[in-house]
Amino acid sequence: MKKVTTRLAGALLASTIIAGAASAETIRWARASDALTLDPHSQNQGVTHNFAHHIYETLVDRDVEGNLQPRLAVEWELKEDDPTVWVFKLREGVTFHDGAAFTAEDVVFSLDRARSEASNMRQLHVEVAEVRAVDDLTVEVQMVGPAPLYPNNLTNTFIMDKDWSEANDVVEVQDYAAGEDNYAVRNTNGTGPYILQSREVDVRSVLTLNEDHWAEDTPAVTEIVYLPIADNATRIAALLSGEVDLVQDVPVQDIDRLQNTQGIKIETGPENRVIYFGYRFGDEPLASSNVTDANPFNDPRVREAMELAVDRDAIAQVVMRGQAIPTGVANPPFVAGWTEELDAYPAVDLERARELMAEAGYENGFTVTLDTPNNRYVNDEAISQAVVGMLGRIGINVTLASRPVAQHSPLVTSNTTDFYLLGWGVPTFDSAYVFNDLVHTKEGSFGAYNGGLYSNPELDAKIQSLGTETDMEVRDATVAEIWQVVKEDRVLLPIHNQVLAYAMRDGLTLPVHPENQPLLTDLTLGE
Amino acid sequence: MLAFIIRRLAQSVLVMLFVALIAFIVFRYVGDPIASMVGVETRLEDQEIMRDRLGLNDPVIWQFLRFVGNALQGEFGISYRLQQPVTELILSRLPATLELAFASATIALVFGLTLGVFTALKPKSFLTGLIMAVSLIGVSLPTFLIGIGLIYIFAVELGWFPSFGRGQTVDLGWWRTGLLTESGLRSLVLPAITLSLFQLTLIMRLVRAEMLEVLRTEYIRFARARGLSQRAIHFGHALKNTLVPVLTITGLQLGSVIAFAIVTETVFQWPGVGSLFIVSVQVVDVPVMAAYLMFIALVFVLINLIVDILYYVVDPRLRVDAGSGK
Repeated sequence: MKKVTTRLAGALLASTIIAGAASAETIRWARASDALTLDPHSQNQGVTHNFAHHIYETLVDRDVEGNLQPRLAVEWELKEDDPTVWVFKLREGVTFHDGAAFTAEDVVFSLDRARSEASNMRQLHVEVAEVRAVDDLTVEVQMVGPAPLYPNNLTNTFIMDKDWSEANDVVEVQDYAAGEDNYAVRNTNGTGPYILQSREVDVRSVLTLNEDHWAEDTPAVTEIVYLPIADNATRIAALLSGEVDLVQDVPVQDIDRLQNTQGIKIETGPENRVIYFGYRFGDEPLASSNVTDANPFNDPRVREAMELAVDRDAIAQVVMRGQAIPTGVANPPFVAGWTEELDAYPAVDLERARELMAEAGYENGFTVTLDTPNNRYVNDEAISQAVVGMLGRIGINVTLASRPVAQHSPLVTSNTTDFYLLGWGVPTFDSAYVFNDLVHTKEGSFGAYNGGLYSNPELDAKIQSLGTETDMEVRDATVAEIWQVVKEDRVLLPIHNQVLAYAMRDGLTLPVHPENQPLLTDLTLGE
Repeated sequence: MLAFIIRRLAQSVLVMLFVALIAFIVFRYVGDPIASMVGVETRLEDQEIMRDRLGLNDPVIWQFLRFVGNALQGEFGISYRLQQPVTELILSRLPATLELAFASATIALVFGLTLGVFTALKPKSFLTGLIMAVSLIGVSLPTFLIGIGLIYIFAVELGWFPSFGRGQTVDLGWWRTGLLTESGLRSLVLPAITLSLFQLTLIMRLVRAEMLEVLRTEYIRFARARGLSQRAIHFGHALKNTLVPVLTITGLQLGSVIAFAIVTETVFQWPGVGSLFIVSVQVVDVPVMAAYLMFIALVFVLINLIVDILYYVVDPRLRVDAGSGK
């Protein structure tokens, strides 16, 4: 009965759209977890940003192809005679939800708030020296040195209203240790396309259309009911029973079945995230191996043998049920620096792999422990299990140690693992982000996730030059050189790019967003 | 009497302190809260700053003392995950759990008693055999399977009940209830049944065993010999004497229903303290975990305290013991 009513309602809606009248469309949107906070500068986390994008806006934004788009800024460029200053021209006629006008002062306030010490967004703005308003609609950001890619860092830095923040005592980002509550954690005043109506953490949040939004096109969705449902089976059941319209975080094992279910539609697309294995470099013997006088991973022949033994296609087909894109480079395809040649990977060749192992002096193999998270990436533990079997075929006996990401991640950052799985997303869409954290020698703010302590001073110098190089041609060439070395040296063992799937009822269309941050203004209706 | 109560109270406080200490030590090993708070992309030096601000670099014993000191004032700090006061979070989630717990306890008690009495009075009937067999399946299936099964049959296939959540709720100011709306009541059905199944079976088997035993006793035979009606014998004498142990068990089990509603709440996305706890464990939200464990310990300590005092009031032998100075 209920399903019939929904269908009738759908048909009625469809007819009103054809008639061209504005229709009221409510979308019930379920995903695995809730936004952590409504304070836009307090957490640097995808789910939280995704929710915030509906209420707050950023200066620049990224579309589903991964390109930068104007949002609150209409133009941005380096100052003519000074490559250390970025100039942003702001959009005219924008108002906050409470009616206050949006001006350069709000941008200065928000960028300063986002780079304050208590803010989790701080890392993206470390190169900023000063933010100043030139006039009502122009902002200049003074960088400490040339920073050609700074706008890439702004896609999740939201703009708040200065006066509202001062009036509600939220000038500072909430300080955990102080143990106090913060108005901005639960209340919002953005410029975005939707206005927060109600919020029950972990239960339900309701957003309604902002009639005064600056965008010319009115979105099809006029009301969003946001429902976090943690359990995979329950989330899918809610879609099947018609209680929700759109489900994010669809488990891969359900994709096939949902695709064959009437009334349900699945949209898949690549995510900006690569899954790879890392191993320890250096002469120091491995802590978990039976080889106690040398580090087998330090021998390039062993690394090559491992690459030849790992069957990426089998992982993609069997473990990921087709929902992964095998790759030979630890760089997602959206990211500047990716090429098809880099992406290519060798075919499995066990014979050659065994030869290489023998040449390296390990014809009898060796043992090692593989650390893997089990709740962070799609089928992370199952991927590791598959690799254990594949490496066993060339004599590498792997013991699997599986942990929740909260326990796994410290192993990598503290370099107490010999062999590990990790996933890496590139929010700046630029290779330098990968090099800085995964390839550069671990020192200072570099190499934070270089869990295998790879070190190549020549590459380090090149990586550091990327931060200040303003001649894009030179920069691109350097990026290509670095990737060449990283791939030949097998610094990392990339497996695949993760694929995302959104499930929705028939009649809705929502393209997959590479950062898994879909905006429901992009959702379209119609059969 | 007073001395007894004071002694039991002192013991309870010790138990609570012990739970707090254990909780604290265990939480050192569940993982790094920072790792899940910041996402993979946060710089290490920023993580260090956060660790300092949260006091995670202080010695464990110092953190423990600070925790106990704050807990005594009902202050459990700020949730790492949601940045809201933990006490407030738990209190806002408590009504959902309590309503679910009492609904399922009621179902368990009503059906458990009825079925228990029926199977005791008609031990040879075919229906009894069926009930006993089904009840065995009921206890041996894990809760999440029962929950998922109910969702698939009654929510997805038949569409009778919602598959998740609490439906419409009414905020009474101090209590957010789902009992006053139709969708709230409908949402309660599946999780309450899921949560009640184990208790139901337990009570049914207990009632049946006790009742069978009572029916064999002398005074029942005398009552029969005197020609009392079956009805009077079964419900006036036999059932009444069965109820004492059943009520004791039910009281104690209520505590575990509240504590272990975790699985049911997760499967049905029921917004109670159990699902709050599970999410908190996943992201190592130590303040919430610690407060939840303390809360559960408090529930058990209080129930046991009340039961002890009741025994003391009911059973004269305990009083004699205490009086003779043993």
